[in-house]
Amino acid sequence: MNSTTAIEKDRNPTDWQGDVMQKRIRRRYASERRFKYLGLGAIILSAGFLAFLLIVMVGNGFRGFTQTELPVDIDFPAMTGGASASQFEGVNGQANLRTLGVKDIVNTSVEIQYGEDGRELFSSGAWQGVSAAILANPKIVETKTIIYMPANSEIDVAYKGDGTAEAEKKVAELGDQLSTAFNWNFLYNSDATDPMQVGIWGALKGSLITMFITLIIAFPIGVLSALYLEEYAPTNRLTDLIEVSINNLAAVPSIIFGLLGLAVFLNLFGMPRSAALVGGLTLALMTMPVIVISGRNAVKAVPPSIREAALGIGASQMQVVFHHVLPLALPGILTGTIIGMARALGETAPLLMIGMRAFIATPPSGIAEPATVLPVQIFLWSDEVNRGFVEKTSAAIIVLLLFLLTMNALAIYLRNRFETRW
Amino acid sequence: MTNSILFLLIFFLGAIAWFFGRVKATRFVKSNTKKGGVHSLPNYHGWYVALWAIGPALLFLLIWSAVSPALITDAALVSPAAEQLPADPFARGAILAEARSIASGHQVRAFNPLSQSMVEPYRAALSYYRMLGMITALLLVFSCGAFAWLKLKPELRARTKIERITMMALLLASLIATITTVGIFASLIFESARFFSMVSPIDFLFGTEWNPKAVAGPRGETGFGAIPLFWGTVFIGAIIAMIVAIPLGLMSAIYLTQYAAPKFRAWMKPILEVLAGVPTVVYGYFAALTVAPALRDFAVSIGLSGASSESALAAGVVMGIMIIPFVSSMADDSIAAVPSAMRDGSLAMGATKSETIKKVLIPAALPGVVGGVLLAVSRAIGETMIVVMAAGLAANMTANPFSSVTTVTTQIVQLLTGDQEFDSPKTLAAFALGLVLFIVTLLLNLIALRVVKKYREAYE
Repeated sequence: MNSTTAIEKDRNPTDWQGDVMQKRIRRRYASERRFKYLGLGAIILSAGFLAFLLIVMVGNGFRGFTQTELPVDIDFPAMTGGASASQFEGVNGQANLRTLGVKDIVNTSVEIQYGEDGRELFSSGAWQGVSAAILANPKIVETKTIIYMPANSEIDVAYKGDGTAEAEKKVAELGDQLSTAFNWNFLYNSDATDPMQVGIWGALKGSLITMFITLIIAFPIGVLSALYLEEYAPTNRLTDLIEVSINNLAAVPSIIFGLLGLAVFLNLFGMPRSAALVGGLTLALMTMPVIVISGRNAVKAVPPSIREAALGIGASQMQVVFHHVLPLALPGILTGTIIGMARALGETAPLLMIGMRAFIATPPSGIAEPATVLPVQIFLWSDEVNRGFVEKTSAAIIVLLLFLLTMNALAIYLRNRFETRW
Repeated sequence: MTNSILFLLIFFLGAIAWFFGRVKATRFVKSNTKKGGVHSLPNYHGWYVALWAIGPALLFLLIWSAVSPALITDAALVSPAAEQLPADPFARGAILAEARSIASGHQVRAFNPLSQSMVEPYRAALSYYRMLGMITALLLVFSCGAFAWLKLKPELRARTKIERITMMALLLASLIATITTVGIFASLIFESARFFSMVSPIDFLFGTEWNPKAVAGPRGETGFGAIPLFWGTVFIGAIIAMIVAIPLGLMSAIYLTQYAAPKFRAWMKPILEVLAGVPTVVYGYFAALTVAPALRDFAVSIGLSGASSESALAAGVVMGIMIIPFVSSMADDSIAAVPSAMRDGSLAMGATKSETIKKVLIPAALPGVVGGVLLAVSRAIGETMIVVMAAGLAANMTANPFSSVTTVTTQIVQLLTGDQEFDSPKTLAAFALGLVLFIVTLLLNLIALRVVKKYREAYE
């Protein structure tokens, strides 16, 4: 067919109202609707995944914050031979408590009440709770008291409705004696071998120290590079090289940073393994490009009129940047920094490379001490065979997600509150 | 501990130097008002003195920390106790290292009695040199600070000098990114070269048997064929994850940009982005705890053989979910970049919205979408925790999504955790795998960015 030929005179006009055309239009509209619903379905499916993930984690993790307890009658005056409350007050309290032998007292009381095998009903570190109770309120050693102690992990899991048949039977035997209470141990303790005794404070503290190091290294370097690249960098090879490396670093898989940390910080510089210092340095290298990129966008968004006005009243280049551009760009930079830090907080792989996967039962007290961080703790617990760890892992995930949520909310707040649109 | 106190002291003295410099400069301003001859504001004079006070001292401490261990060892070796040390350099080094860590308080008890005898000389030398370093540093603070303070005069160009130093700091800060890149490259290449001196690169890149645990002898190793790893990585990251992420991400982007009401869009877009913000360890746990058992039960119920509780499918699907917002935002950008004239033209011809999208927008935006998918693939193959927790360790070459495969990143983690000897090919293999991963992701990113850039230019 040749398009330049005249339109055929005898062609029938299209009958839009006719059956054929109407059918065709209906078909096209139906396909339009199908396509639209397909798109909606994709979104709902994606959001559904998110909702499902959160529900699974919260559903499992919620139980991690509670523990199952059994009451024990402890007849302190009889057991201790009449210890007085004043012994456990003040500075010498700890030492006197050690000589008292709380563990034996508890074990004997348990055996009296629950029989020979009674000790197996309880978590192995349960007596430590009694020590803490005495220190908190020394008066109880002068009386006969009922103390609630955490049951062992199998009973705990079974009482929450997910245990083995054997443990279920025990739960049925114990019946009304079992009760549920908030698990304070989980907030105060560190890693342990018994799921009833584990806590996240150690990992949380490790995370906080690591994040602090990451922040004090990545933030100044990121901000200074962003300023240099946006405000001063001449167009030359060096600048191109810097830009290319920053863009590449932002896309390098995180595990590669772990290899770098292992080869350079640990093997070359001989820094201590699994320390928060090395973790912080490694994460800082990873976070810095994120800060630079968001920082450059924030600096770019400051209108030239500000710079010109400052230059016009006699400010030097440096004064323009540090007195005017930087303060105006700061909210944007901070938003980017928080987002970068949130990413670093959830990062696991590079930290595994530098050895932060050891079993660490005490919270770190310095930057060179062996430490672990929240995501690594989650990973370690997820590997445990004991079923009691399932809910603890999910509970730790809830804590991690809460932190991330707070950080992101803060970033959004900062953006909305302080960012000026020119 | 003494070190941090020393640093605090130096910075405190720096603050005092700043104050004195400023006070002196303020006096210039007062006495010079008529002549108007003060070049810089008092603050800059303060900074000038402060930087002179701290800078040389910090530089000295940096050099000192590199030099002093050798000096301390030399000093300890002159002591009488050192005469009993064995001549063998390795044994000698081990004893000295132990004595050093005891003397500096990292270790409590010696395993070797000889090191115990070296502790005292070491401790003496250590405290002597530490004291020497501290005193020199403090002397430097005072002398350089005083020198700069004496140099202050009205015509001193303090601001210019400070700005020059700031400029150098800015340049240095931006060079750190380059140094990091070079560091990554250098460390990966250096360690990989050591690996390839033990295992031939051909065997590594094209061998089909991966079994590093079976490796015994120092030479002629087998079991380092990485093809099964590469296949596993591609299977999970580039095939299964993309089958999930591309349709869902693309359709979400289309719906959000073309159909959704502004309010719906304003709510849904951040919700989708949350998917990208969830830590990967959480996804990994989700995959291992919920998705993998469900998929295995499904496979068993339809009678598939070889179903494993750690399946490629579980890891791939969950990774795909993680990638959805990434694909979606890239597609969003490329669709938005198509000139509206093309869309309007198509709509004006009577095409429905979906016809416009399918026949005009997507073909026009295709290069951008492809670039975005490449970036997503590069992220997926570098992803670690999901595959570590859900994909398994068996190096299978299989296309059955319900069986277990292993990936490059899983094996890096596997090789480098647990007991390490740093010279064994097992540990070094991790760096060779890292090098391959680094190069592949780098190439994917470069190609993707080029594609996206070309495509942007076509419409600008």
